[in-house]
Amino acid sequence: MQRKRKLGRGVAIVGAGMSKFGMFRDRDTKDLFLEAFNEAMASVDKGMDPNDIDAIYFGNFSNDFFVHQAHWGPIISDLIGNVPKASTRTEGACASGALALREGVFAIASGFYDIVLAGGAEQLSKLPTEKVTEGLALATSPYEGKAGFTFPGVFGATASAYFKKYGANREHLMNVTIKSHNNAPLNPKAQFPQSISDVMKDKVQRAIDKGKPVPVWKDEREFLRDPLVNPVVAWPMHLFDCSPISDGGSCVIMVAEELARNFTDAPLHVIGLGQGSGSGLHAKEDLASFEATKYAAREAYELSGLRPDDVQVCEVHDCFSIAEIVHLEDLGFFAPGQGYKAVEEGLTQRDGPKPINTSGGLKCKGHPIGATGTAQIYEIWKQLRGEAGERQVPIDSLRIGAAHNLGGTGGTCTFTILERRG
Amino acid sequence: MTNIPFNDTSYERFLNENKLMGSKCAQCGAVYAPPRPVCIKCHSGSMEWLEMSGKGKLSAFTCIAVGPPAMCNEGYDRNNPYCSGVVELDEGARVVARINGMNTKIPESINIGTLLKVAFLRRDEGDRVETILAFEPL
Ligand SMILES: [Zn+2]
Repeated sequence: MQRKRKLGRGVAIVGAGMSKFGMFRDRDTKDLFLEAFNEAMASVDKGMDPNDIDAIYFGNFSNDFFVHQAHWGPIISDLIGNVPKASTRTEGACASGALALREGVFAIASGFYDIVLAGGAEQLSKLPTEKVTEGLALATSPYEGKAGFTFPGVFGATASAYFKKYGANREHLMNVTIKSHNNAPLNPKAQFPQSISDVMKDKVQRAIDKGKPVPVWKDEREFLRDPLVNPVVAWPMHLFDCSPISDGGSCVIMVAEELARNFTDAPLHVIGLGQGSGSGLHAKEDLASFEATKYAAREAYELSGLRPDDVQVCEVHDCFSIAEIVHLEDLGFFAPGQGYKAVEEGLTQRDGPKPINTSGGLKCKGHPIGATGTAQIYEIWKQLRGEAGERQVPIDSLRIGAAHNLGGTGGTCTFTILERRG
Repeated sequence: MTNIPFNDTSYERFLNENKLMGSKCAQCGAVYAPPRPVCIKCHSGSMEWLEMSGKGKLSAFTCIAVGPPAMCNEGYDRNNPYCSGVVELDEGARVVARINGMNTKIPESINIGTLLKVAFLRRDEGDRVETILAFEPL
């Protein structure tokens, strides 16, 4: 980096909302985003007049493909009654939502706007799985698609390189899955609010109801090893290593720092902001790492003056189980090759020293592409304000949280650090 | 050769001629496959075509059971997964490619570091023929 980055003026989040995530036959992008927007407006402690929103940044990866409609900026502006004010769509694959947040921060930091709505939405479930796979593959690097790589395939290859380099294996990936599934039942918005044990009980009950042979698994691990319930998708990625197909929306309301107290006594200040870009598999220097994540993290730590150890709770982009492990290292939380051991030792559990993906992560909360970035921020908003209910992390003086969002196969990564003051 | 643009169209045309072509920086000697029009090490735009030997070793791989429509059309599915991987060429550059000749039903049997040689797969796209870069054990 040429010189230390800085924001022209401080920016604070004063409201956040997200829709329920899931697969909804009778819902669409607009009403899912509206659900998030309504919650965000209601979450502004001292209230906000929607007419005071200066501009919108809306993250969406590919509704063009998924619902055959492009140009979502004005659609969202029209939806919430913000026409004729500016509304801009951002696209960075699965990091589209974080890019919206970032553009919003810059717009306020520059002094141009005072109040910005940043969010995102995506609607995937109306297409059959093969079409969704094809749509998502639009975000791989060009050569990868020709070589037959799917999204899970790229992360499968990443896992193979990580396994070889550090001696990890598939059993270690299961620890990530089990942890996410333990957190999800505590999140009322999660798409799969079930522990693996819950899933097992469900399957047993269904077999009994249908008069079929009742499956028996000794424990959660044996269940995850069973190819009948956890089939391979792109080895070593199995069904329970992959985030689901989801619909959903999310957003945050940001204001200039000096205005924050007009809206709440517990704003979250955006103190770290980073974004990096990365090459496809063929041009990566280290196949067991994401260079864009490392760069984004460095930028965000530098801006905030903080170190990885200072982050008390973090949402990490776990589109696939291996991604969470690799990112734990790239974000500096654990040394290279130590991420899988940290998860195994329980360090990243909700009650551990470094709680990761208390929301259930993309794996269980759901991953409506464009909505994911600000949905991660929503979780940190809830945690830092002590509003996370049953899944509140048990840390006294919780002050610093962060969110890491990855787009595509690592082409766009962001890292955002938030601080609660007062 | 110097008049042929260093782009994906040229790269794919060469693949149709069973040639794996890369570009070499005339300034610093860095080798790229697929070819790059600009050297990302020294930023020189002075490139030369270089044919790769087609030999390399496996750097990373996956065995895909749920593929895109094009792969399903080739007969791949849950019961017949295909392998895609990253291959480090003897020249130093890395490419992504299909990896044939592996036991994809037992991925644990596939070893990173396996020596490979290039193969060219033809795929009939109706009005034209496409060549997919592939590798198989040496
Ligand atoms: Zn050069």
